[in-house]
Amino acid sequence: MTGPSVRELFWAFARTGARGFGSTWPWARRMLVDETRWLTAEEFTDVFNIGNFLPGPNVINVAVIVGTRFRGLRGALAAFLGLLSLPFCIVLALGAFYTRFGQLPGIDGVLRGIGAAAAGLMIAMGVRMAMPLLPALRAVGFMAVTFVAIAIMRLPLVPVLLVLAPLGVLLSWTRRP
Amino acid sequence: MNPLLSIAARFIVLSLVAAGGMTSVLPEIHRVVVDVHHWMTDAEFTDLFALSQVAPGPNALFITLIGWQVAGIPGALVATAAMCAPSCTMSYLVARVWQRAGAAPWRRAVEAGLAPITIGLILSTGYLLARGADRSWPAAAITVVTAAFVLSTRVNPLWLFALGGLLGLLRVA
Repeated sequence: MTGPSVRELFWAFARTGARGFGSTWPWARRMLVDETRWLTAEEFTDVFNIGNFLPGPNVINVAVIVGTRFRGLRGALAAFLGLLSLPFCIVLALGAFYTRFGQLPGIDGVLRGIGAAAAGLMIAMGVRMAMPLLPALRAVGFMAVTFVAIAIMRLPLVPVLLVLAPLGVLLSWTRRP
Repeated sequence: MNPLLSIAARFIVLSLVAAGGMTSVLPEIHRVVVDVHHWMTDAEFTDLFALSQVAPGPNALFITLIGWQVAGIPGALVATAAMCAPSCTMSYLVARVWQRAGAAPWRRAVEAGLAPITIGLILSTGYLLARGADRSWPAAAITVVTAAFVLSTRVNPLWLFALGGLLGLLRVA
């Protein structure tokens, strides 16, 4: 396997990071499958599933996995730094802007409006993911208990997960077809 | 405890329990930075989330902004490193040893078992963001309309962000 060099990995992921408005996923797929052809569609799906399965920031996991497969540790670092460098600087610039101007009447109105829309997007994402699971009593129960514990009662996440996650996995293991 | 150490310790743990991406740990981050330490208000949390949404790059960079708000540039660096290091190390190891995860039965059980919990966490995030943003009826209406449009059409959410921002600028929301 020849594959991309460390330098190519860095710049390809830098391009992806700079374009990833909203969600970075579609851009990562476009870069890896359509533009560079470093991965086939099937390989991308495979990497996507592993990146989703692992905890943490998914698209960053994928960059690390792709970088590792082609160029080992140096490839992983190149992909990681490529993906994050520019967005990191932009986000810091926005942070500085917010610290200085965030309280101005116009700016705070704009942010409040975008925040309201972002909340709606997040709720829609949850609802869309919930739809396919909905008739199942077990799934509805876990969603509801999680929501009440975290959003309403504001319990700490780790103990809640320590109770719910093993229970959820155990139940889905015993009920598997 | 020093805010930097506190951020590092908490975010390292959260990186490892963030099943389904960083969105699922946002309620916990909200609890820590707003409720426990009072490093920012509800409204500031939602403001920063809005900022992170209009920036390019992985959504996880919201955590960078949280770090920035708490402790400036050192905070941003520490938050980002703490969020990425554990999960990236796992990704690296997995990429080395695990060529094809395939559809092993245990893996499907884990995914199916965690899915509803992850969804509950994403809905919690939506609820907490709405609580920070929707302090008026028009703002709540923006949230509801956005959710309805995203669910029923294929419109790019960035247009809805633009609309929300515009209504906010005009002091409607």
